[in-house]
Amino acid sequence: HGPYQPHEPGYGLDQPGYSPYEDVIPDTHARMLAIKNAKAYLLKTSTKSGLNLYDHLANILTKILDEQPTNTVDIIENISKDVKWAQFRKKMDTLRDEPRIPPTFEAADRCKALFIREAGEEEREEVEEEMGEPALPNVMEVAFYFEQAGIGLSKDESYYIFLALKNLIRAQPVQTCRFWGKILGLEMNYIIAEVQLREGEEEEEAGEEGEGTTAEGEKETDEAEEDEQKEKEAEPPKSTYKPPPAIPKEANGTGTNKFVYFVCNEPGKPWVKLPPVTPAQIVCARKIKKFFTGCLDAPVVSFPPFPGNEANYLRAQIARISAGTHVSPTGFYQFADEEEEEVEGADTYEENPDFEPPPVAEMVESLATWAHHVKSILKQGRCVWINPTQKSEENEEDEEEEEEDEGEEPQEERGPPLLTLISEDEGMKDIPAWTAQASTNLIPEYSVAILQSNRWPGAYAFASGRKFENIYFGWGHKYSPESHTPELPPPAQPEYPSGTEITETVDPTVEEEMAFKIAQEEDLAEAEEEEDEEVEDD
Amino acid sequence: SLNCLDWSLLTPATKEMLALAEQVKGRFQGDPSFEYSLAEINAEAAARLVESGKEPVMKEEARLIATIELIDREVGIVPRGAFVKTPLGSVHENRHFEGLSLEEAKKLSSYFHFTDPVNLKNKTLMEKADLDPSTDFLDSLEHDIPRGKGSWSIQLEKAGAVVLLRSLLWLGLTFYHVPMTKQFGYVYFGTGEKNLDLPFML
Repeated sequence: HGPYQPHEPGYGLDQPGYSPYEDVIPDTHARMLAIKNAKAYLLKTSTKSGLNLYDHLANILTKILDEQPTNTVDIIENISKDVKWAQFRKKMDTLRDEPRIPPTFEAADRCKALFIREAGEEEREEVEEEMGEPALPNVMEVAFYFEQAGIGLSKDESYYIFLALKNLIRAQPVQTCRFWGKILGLEMNYIIAEVQLREGEEEEEAGEEGEGTTAEGEKETDEAEEDEQKEKEAEPPKSTYKPPPAIPKEANGTGTNKFVYFVCNEPGKPWVKLPPVTPAQIVCARKIKKFFTGCLDAPVVSFPPFPGNEANYLRAQIARISAGTHVSPTGFYQFADEEEEEVEGADTYEENPDFEPPPVAEMVESLATWAHHVKSILKQGRCVWINPTQKSEENEEDEEEEEEDEGEEPQEERGPPLLTLISEDEGMKDIPAWTAQASTNLIPEYSVAILQSNRWPGAYAFASGRKFENIYFGWGHKYSPESHTPELPPPAQPEYPSGTEITETVDPTVEEEMAFKIAQEEDLAEAEEEEDEEVEDD
Repeated sequence: SLNCLDWSLLTPATKEMLALAEQVKGRFQGDPSFEYSLAEINAEAAARLVESGKEPVMKEEARLIATIELIDREVGIVPRGAFVKTPLGSVHENRHFEGLSLEEAKKLSSYFHFTDPVNLKNKTLMEKADLDPSTDFLDSLEHDIPRGKGSWSIQLEKAGAVVLLRSLLWLGLTFYHVPMTKQFGYVYFGTGEKNLDLPFML
């Protein structure tokens, strides 16, 4: 801000006689002195911070003129503070902070792994073409259709998921794979892929389970030895409580365990396989309603106590959602053999090559154009009913004292057969189970039929011609118009059967006891008197 | 609006509407003139209405208005520092708000409810001394019932570029904020029902 040039607005103002404040201090010499004093005062360095007001004001004005914010006078104090703060940074140049790696960089690093193509991939691509249908689903295409309905994740995330699925297929021997959906959690979310493994893989799991049972067998023999030792000592009466027989889970590849599910928290993180689901877990999951935290090992604290941790609860909810909301246009799938339609164990279906897709308008109007293609889960927790009392025949010989089977023969449960139309789904009160609408009324030729489930909010399905897909985005809970009421704890068990041998009565009060004692003494006295009399008589 | 083309203005909510709307359960129908029969829900209110000469029904429009008002009141949040209070008592948008830093954005205490504060007076004097009266004049989210885990889920999306807060009380309310910028806001996509099962679900 040195001497002003002729084209600048301040030119000539510092000449004596031309400044705008001429009338303030008439005497030139005094005015110059006043100006010098003022400037010297402004240049006075502060004792605390080493700044001086003159420079500070100059910096503020520079900043304001550079940035030109609106309503400057309102934020002038903050600007001043900022300028002062900026001063401090320069002074600490000798000490440099280690550059902090922002989390964005770390995440980008992780995602970078998704984008790398391995060298051997080109060979594999040729092999895959021979094998027929590609295992990798076209996630972007599905995302496009769902976007027509306003459902889905952002394009970035969909693409990351796409790449992550590709990695999954490369890592595991996968036959078919599908993006199942995303479940939200408190701290982290879950991205879920539905996979069908090739047959060799399943045998390995059976091997693992076999090892598990042998380890348990060893534990049982140890416990048996301890029990024998205890029997020599006095034992409290054995409880007659027999836990209800555990219902065996369905074999991998059938029923609720038809598909294997892999989850990850974010695309880029490694995929974790979820364990197969047991009927006990499904039955318990129906009774509780808990948020997912995002950590698979987290315990699920609830009543009735959930057998397993969050990974099991997640798997159970996935099974329930799949069974309840996976639909396809009617006729797309048909049974392999017509005879199997009547057999309840009909599990297999195949694509119908003669399927002609009904027009979108019809798919929206009538729900009979959609059908479930996943078996529904019975109350027992399985898709195929099994009689649990059959297994107890082996144990009957040991338990001779046992009374007859306390429970009645559980009745065989029948669920709706596979491929039922969804128009037969019951609604809750007045709310229908499904809501169908077309994606747009403005362009009916290219609109897509969208189906929303009201029983599981967050489950959607779309159909357009031969293409269809199901997906889930939500918290993972079923909808109920009433509030969730947790199960009441069972009534306290009676300690002993109350009968003729043992009954519970009130303890006698002190007065009763005293009266009883007096009566007893009187009897004794009478008896003694009688004896004395007898003795005397003799 | 039902089709994003024709918009109708909603009247502000009254206390009776709010009280009644809390009792109505079940999904919205989608038709603003649908009438809920009050006799099932609240016999007293129905009786009162009959006495005053009106029919004992509640229109869905009223329920919608009340629901919107409840959502705004209970879970409408803003980041700390976005609004300032002048000594005269009026609240203005802080044009100098540069956004929260990443560490601040992960903490529940840096977000406030955007309604009249209820809990401020109950704080201890020590806490009050730390507050800055120009920016800390609203209720913080820390004390939302239930304590401990709270009724909010904070997540960083896009590798820390966006921080998302999802309400667990009104499922579907999402608040977003891009740290170190002025961008923030909240939207609600959902069924319009309060999640009364929250204590069971945590």
